[in-house]
Amino acid sequence: MKSYSLAMAFATCLLCNPISVLAATPPVTPTIEQLWDIIQAQQAEIEALKKQQHDTAQKAENADEKAEAAVVAVEEVDAKTAGVASWVDKTTIGGYGELHYNNFEGEDNELDLHRFVLFFGHEFTDSIRFFSEFEIEHSVAGDDEDGEVEVEQAYVEFDLRENLQAKGGVFLMPVGILNETHEPGTFYGVERNNVENIIVPSTWWEGGGAVNGYFDNGISWDFAITSGLEMETEGKNAFRVRSGRQKVSNATANDLAYTGRLKYTGIPGLELAGTASYQSNATQSNNDGLNEGILYETHAIYNKGPFGLRALYARWDFNGSAVSAAGDDDQYGWYIEPSYKPWQKVGLYSRYEKLDGARDQDQFDQWEVGANYWPHEDVVLKVDYRSRNVDRNSSGADDIDAFDLGIGYQF
Amino acid sequence: MQTVISKALAFLILISAYVVADSPYQSSEEFLGEAFAGSPPAPKTIWLKGEVKEKAGEILGHSYPGIRIRYWGRDKRTAWILEEIGKTQPITVGIVVDETGLESIRVLAFRESRGWEVRYPFFTDQFSGIRLTADNQLDRPIDGISGATLSVRALKKLTRLALYLHQQTVPGDDASP
Repeated sequence: MKSYSLAMAFATCLLCNPISVLAATPPVTPTIEQLWDIIQAQQAEIEALKKQQHDTAQKAENADEKAEAAVVAVEEVDAKTAGVASWVDKTTIGGYGELHYNNFEGEDNELDLHRFVLFFGHEFTDSIRFFSEFEIEHSVAGDDEDGEVEVEQAYVEFDLRENLQAKGGVFLMPVGILNETHEPGTFYGVERNNVENIIVPSTWWEGGGAVNGYFDNGISWDFAITSGLEMETEGKNAFRVRSGRQKVSNATANDLAYTGRLKYTGIPGLELAGTASYQSNATQSNNDGLNEGILYETHAIYNKGPFGLRALYARWDFNGSAVSAAGDDDQYGWYIEPSYKPWQKVGLYSRYEKLDGARDQDQFDQWEVGANYWPHEDVVLKVDYRSRNVDRNSSGADDIDAFDLGIGYQF
Repeated sequence: MQTVISKALAFLILISAYVVADSPYQSSEEFLGEAFAGSPPAPKTIWLKGEVKEKAGEILGHSYPGIRIRYWGRDKRTAWILEEIGKTQPITVGIVVDETGLESIRVLAFRESRGWEVRYPFFTDQFSGIRLTADNQLDRPIDGISGATLSVRALKKLTRLALYLHQQTVPGDDASP
């Protein structure tokens, strides 16, 4: 009974304070062999961890390589697709158009799809390309219709050197501000200015050959040998330059025209240019009272920040007894157009024009004010008001007061 | 008259063909060599995904063709070779950006019939030091070239894109004023 009580007491003590009991147990020092086994085990574990880390890094690297290979494959597929579609890639399509509403005081108002234009181009090689412009004017063309279908450009251009090009075919004459650049978003006014309609007969295109070059100081030059004007010497359009355009439609080519231009664009925002066009016979026939004619044109454009200014002067000098007798041997016009853009998408302008053309209705001065709004860089909405005073009123030559609305686009 | 015209034409062609020899063009290697004093770093890649892809599309007005853009960077300077269509053809441009804004812009290839002026320093010099505003616009106006609106527009877009991408590659470097 006594020995049972002692055992119970020892067990109770052990349960209540085991640490003190263990502390009392003498420590067991591992032998060198045991330590060596422990070190070996730890080393093996380190090696395993190292291998695991290396494998993980290798997998990551493989993943990167696979990703890179996938990207390269995608890019190669794109390149191959581009190769298959090279003809498509080398062929470009663009265009522009403009719808006009003209509200005339005291006359019928008009709504007109003035121009619908498509561009087609093709790059044969890096240095040989084709460009064309196909236009429908006034929506409907045909007998007794107001419109026309026109090919205004269709030429092949060659890069002879980095700064020297030549072209042959049908192309726009290098003259004026609007003749070569006339997408609606690039100029103010619903209708184009009158000087570059009556004196410079824009859009003016001819067939022939041309060479142009430029220098690193901003000076460039153009020279063209082309078909010439075939002006009338009798009737309501006698000596009217615009009616003399043959539009390269079975054009009479007895007497050619020679046109040269010098241009300076060496300061950003500034353009100074001058053109001379020599028509060796403005009627393409002899002994009709109108012989040769020369067009002189010069213009300046300057845009600085929100301010802009355009000014242009053009003059025709014709030789011949009939044209002199009619007083149409000297035809000229000029305009000046300041503008201001208070916001990036809004531009305001004013324009004054003075014209002295062949017909009574081509002799006037005109004031115009208006605004452009570009909701997108390739879309423009226009509004303007114009007031024209003809030099002498006659049938078909009346003063005009009108406001105009227009919408235009390009792509 | 025809004799005078013929002589004038021959004179102009001769001058253009033989007198002017300096080319504004550089190869990509020449551009990078010039940008990094003869020893360009290895190219890096920026992936067009998420917000970067979205902003690049906003700047260009269309998606950038590709899923990544290579660039070269050292000492918080980056160099970019980018392309954008002018009127009908791609214009290739090399742009160097540093902490203060655009350092230089060079037209490496120009294939358009018109707008040749954008290749020359008298036009590109006005981009020097230009920066981005908070809404990714250029912080000052660029004077254009009459008749070359689309080529000028392409260079302005690529400048904005390079400045934006530079901000994405240099952490903490906000080039906005």
